Amino acid sequence: MEQKIAEIKERIEKEVAATKTSKILFELKVKYILGKTGEIPALMKELGKAPKEDRPKLGKVINELKEWATEAFANKESEISALERQARYEAEKIDITMPAKRGGEGSLHPVSVVKGQLIDIFAGMGFKVSETREIEDDFYNFTALNTPKEHPARDKQDTFYINDDLMLRTHTSPGQIHTLKTVEPPFKVLIPGRVYRADDDATHSPMFHQMEGLVIDKHITMCDLQGMLDVLVKKMFSEGAKTRFRPSFFPFTEPSVEVDVSCFECGGKGCKLCKGTGWIEILGGGIVNRKVIENCGLDPDKYTGFAFGLGLDRIAMLKYGINNIHILYEGDLRALKQFKE
Amino acid sequence: MLAPLSWLKDFVDITVTPEELEKKLFDCGFEVEQVIKYGDKLDKVVTCRIEEITQHPNAEKLRICQVNAGKYGRLQIITNAKNVEVGDIVPVAVDGATLANGDRIFNGNLRGEPSYGMFCGGEEIGIDDNFYEGASFDGVLVFKEDFPLGEEVKELLELEDYVFDISVLANRPDCQSVFGIAREIACVLDKPLKEPSVDFEVTKSCDDVKVTVKDGDLCPRYIAHLIKDVKIEKSPRLISRRLALCGLNSINNIVDITNYVLLEMGQPMHAFDMNDLSGREIVVRRAADGEKIVTLDEKECTLTSENLLICDGDKPVALAGIMGGLNSEIKDGTNEVLFECAKFRRDNVRKSSRTLGKSSDSSKRFEKGVDEYTTELAMKRALHLVCELKAGKVTAAHTDVSAGKQQENKSVSTTFGQINGVLGIDVPKDVIINILKKLGFGVEVDGEKITTVAPPYREDVFGYPDLAEEVIRMYGYEHIVPTLLKDASSTAGGYSKEQKDELRLKRALCGQGYSEVMTYSFYSKKDVAALDLPEGADEGNTIIIENPISDNYEVMRRTMIPSLLAVASRNLKRGNGEGRIFEIANTYLPTEGFPTDEKHLAIAAFGAKEDFFTLKGAIETIADYFGLKFDLTERAQKSYLHSGVSAKIKLGGEVIGNFGQITYETAAKYDIECKVFVAEINYDALKKHFDGAMRFEPLPKFPFVVRDLALVAPMEMTSGEIENAIISSAKGTVKSIELFDVYTGAQVGEGKKSLAYTITFGSDEKALENADVD
Repeated sequence: MEQKIAEIKERIEKEVAATKTSKILFELKVKYILGKTGEIPALMKELGKAPKEDRPKLGKVINELKEWATEAFANKESEISALERQARYEAEKIDITMPAKRGGEGSLHPVSVVKGQLIDIFAGMGFKVSETREIEDDFYNFTALNTPKEHPARDKQDTFYINDDLMLRTHTSPGQIHTLKTVEPPFKVLIPGRVYRADDDATHSPMFHQMEGLVIDKHITMCDLQGMLDVLVKKMFSEGAKTRFRPSFFPFTEPSVEVDVSCFECGGKGCKLCKGTGWIEILGGGIVNRKVIENCGLDPDKYTGFAFGLGLDRIAMLKYGINNIHILYEGDLRALKQFKE
Repeated sequence: MLAPLSWLKDFVDITVTPEELEKKLFDCGFEVEQVIKYGDKLDKVVTCRIEEITQHPNAEKLRICQVNAGKYGRLQIITNAKNVEVGDIVPVAVDGATLANGDRIFNGNLRGEPSYGMFCGGEEIGIDDNFYEGASFDGVLVFKEDFPLGEEVKELLELEDYVFDISVLANRPDCQSVFGIAREIACVLDKPLKEPSVDFEVTKSCDDVKVTVKDGDLCPRYIAHLIKDVKIEKSPRLISRRLALCGLNSINNIVDITNYVLLEMGQPMHAFDMNDLSGREIVVRRAADGEKIVTLDEKECTLTSENLLICDGDKPVALAGIMGGLNSEIKDGTNEVLFECAKFRRDNVRKSSRTLGKSSDSSKRFEKGVDEYTTELAMKRALHLVCELKAGKVTAAHTDVSAGKQQENKSVSTTFGQINGVLGIDVPKDVIINILKKLGFGVEVDGEKITTVAPPYREDVFGYPDLAEEVIRMYGYEHIVPTLLKDASSTAGGYSKEQKDELRLKRALCGQGYSEVMTYSFYSKKDVAALDLPEGADEGNTIIIENPISDNYEVMRRTMIPSLLAVASRNLKRGNGEGRIFEIANTYLPTEGFPTDEKHLAIAAFGAKEDFFTLKGAIETIADYFGLKFDLTERAQKSYLHSGVSAKIKLGGEVIGNFGQITYETAAKYDIECKVFVAEINYDALKKHFDGAMRFEPLPKFPFVVRDLALVAPMEMTSGEIENAIISSAKGTVKSIELFDVYTGAQVGEGKKSLAYTITFGSDEKALENADVD
């Protein structure tokens, strides 16, 4: 029997050493240790047949064999599993330089993106957002905005008319009137939306987007307008951006200013984008004309405010370097997919 | 507006450089669009006198001239010009000279004889007959003056000039003239303003001019003045040169005076040949309907009562403010001239000019607005020029008709505090007073109070904010100190819930691969026709733009489907074979009274990978995002949707939209060959259901049990019907049901199909046993 034990040990040693996979190792383990009829359990059964005086000694030897075999298997197991793990990683190795797989994602329109950015900036300063109608009448689009029938400002506006009184709004400024007539001051409001003018070339589209800003309160000054616009350009363009006011004329503001931002391409040194001037025109604004406040049934001695209007398309074009406004309205997906929020 | 520097200098002593002047003008509200330089290149083209002319020994057509060029000495010049003679004073470009076009001239050798320069014609100097008589002649320019020799021609002829092209704001018509701009320059440079000379000598005569203004509403002011013993001649060089710099041709002394006054004072004028005015009188009246006039451009216009006419005793002689009549124009033989200086109502001039398709420098100027003060001043200026040019004798025959009361100078009473309150800074009192005075305002100060009277040419000053603007544009906007709404109330800002919902919806669609597009709110009648709409369909009941810029943008859209089809088509043509797009925008309903904006959401998917169900997925995503359940089980009935591959979108029993495949016929009208799937939802109707309160659904206490089930059903039974049957028979235990396979074929028999579902069961009361499920 001792001979048999030695023989089993020798076989286990040889077979385990030759084993390369955890599956075969497990089969061996079953064959020798785990199985009900495994060779080591079989030895245990055979022990009963051995002479009584030999049993303790043999029993000890068998137990030693079992312990030894268990450990040998365990060692082999960890050796194999390390190899197998390594082999699996090796086998799954890919060419990491192959092109990335993308897709699925859609995109927001650049005008939406810019609008969102601006609204986020203004929302932090206490502005709400309001959308007003696109088809307006003469009162809202012109008269209430201090632009009576014979006013010079109407010379410039080539307006799309529905009939003698109704038209597609030429600016978002009628939104000022809607707000003044319905919201109790003080308030700060943004009115973004589509506007229409009869103009169609590389820089003009018959439909485009504006955003009106209106603040009505007491004691509002030109300094407040500039202070707020300074925040706007710093957040929208760059920390170092500055604004510049120059005199302008709008019937619904007095004084009126055209507002330039220091060129974000060259920082004000002069480049192609700013046509060498160091400044880029971004919006118009001013102190709300007393007549506008009066036309809306409010007391201009009590309330003052400022208003401004900017072209969302223009800002998007400047910010992203789009050279033709029609890119925005053609819907070419190769262009639109470039814009991320 | 063009303003030559030399002309501005008549009124202001301008000592700054043109660049500095440009900056100053910009800062006070007059953007200089460009500065056009004249004569700046011309160099070393000097006067010389021809002393001797001999034939060139080696060339028949060339002559050798010996000239005296003053400090440049005696030079030999070879020329092919035939019009020069000994004694002539001519321009010569000497060695190293630059011509007006930038070409350089150096010493040379012509057929063996050296030439130390080149004689110049008007073209080389950059001038023509308008500027110097004889300058347009193709040859050497021979000066009429006895000019000193060896002097720069550009200095002798005062060729160097800068013309400022100034953009004038619409509220400042008083600056639409050289003198008007000069007034601003005097203020911004703090220099005295020299008024133009308006004195003239009156020659006594017993003539009389009768003026009758019948329609005073269209002609608030009409001034006429008679000039006799007129001699029609060419204008002096100064006049024709200045007209040329401003883009006008010189005609003759009388016509040039009217144009000169227009440019200088900003007041359009007209000159009639008095001998052509029957009854020697002027009648200003509306035209009769169908009345005709032949204007100076030799074209006949047919008029209506909306057009204002200047007539004589029996016929029209001018289209008021727009153009004179051919019948009374100034001719070479004219010896009696009637000057007209008037104010016509700007909107009437504009309307007539537009409807008759006739515009002139005069009508353009009237459209911007003229003031009566200038009307009066301009007539005096014209009469002064008649005397100065000795163009005729100014008679005493003067008639000035004012309809209604004359305009009053605008007065404003305010305080320094109010002016500074607009600006937000403290501009010192004396600065405010000084600026307003320099701008021509009458200023009276009483402690804190200030009362101003605007100059008569300023019709744009109504209240203290206007004064604040005058002050700050001269004081300088750089003095504004930015503050962040320091005295303002705090207000809560941000998006409303509705606006946030719209953003969420857009992001949900982006997540599904849809890109947002923005398309025009209008399209063509052809776009409407492409939908093959039945009689009376809503989509065809649209608002039409009265004055579209083209037929393509004529119809205010009622449905966004044509817009998205156009985008799909454009993408396909450009090689983008597939795409997913959406747009949220208004559509426009012609409703009683005011039209209604109705916001729609439109979605489109095109390309080989797309089918009905990918679009259905997008629609269900929207429902999921807002916790809604759409009923998508009814077939749509839209002329432009495939009858078998389209469905209604119902929510709460209401149809809020449709989706499906575009018919092959409609697609073909957009040259689309692949399948296109579109959805259009009435967003206003949809958003009513966004109640927003998202509720957490507690996790089930007991595990779900999942079963796959295949059912054989008749072909016409829909998946929706089968699902409903499963749900109702499982007594509320079905948590979800998902179709994963459809099979038709021999194994299930003809007219039948096999549908395989994965069904998830669950109960809130107990753990379901397999037996319960089975």
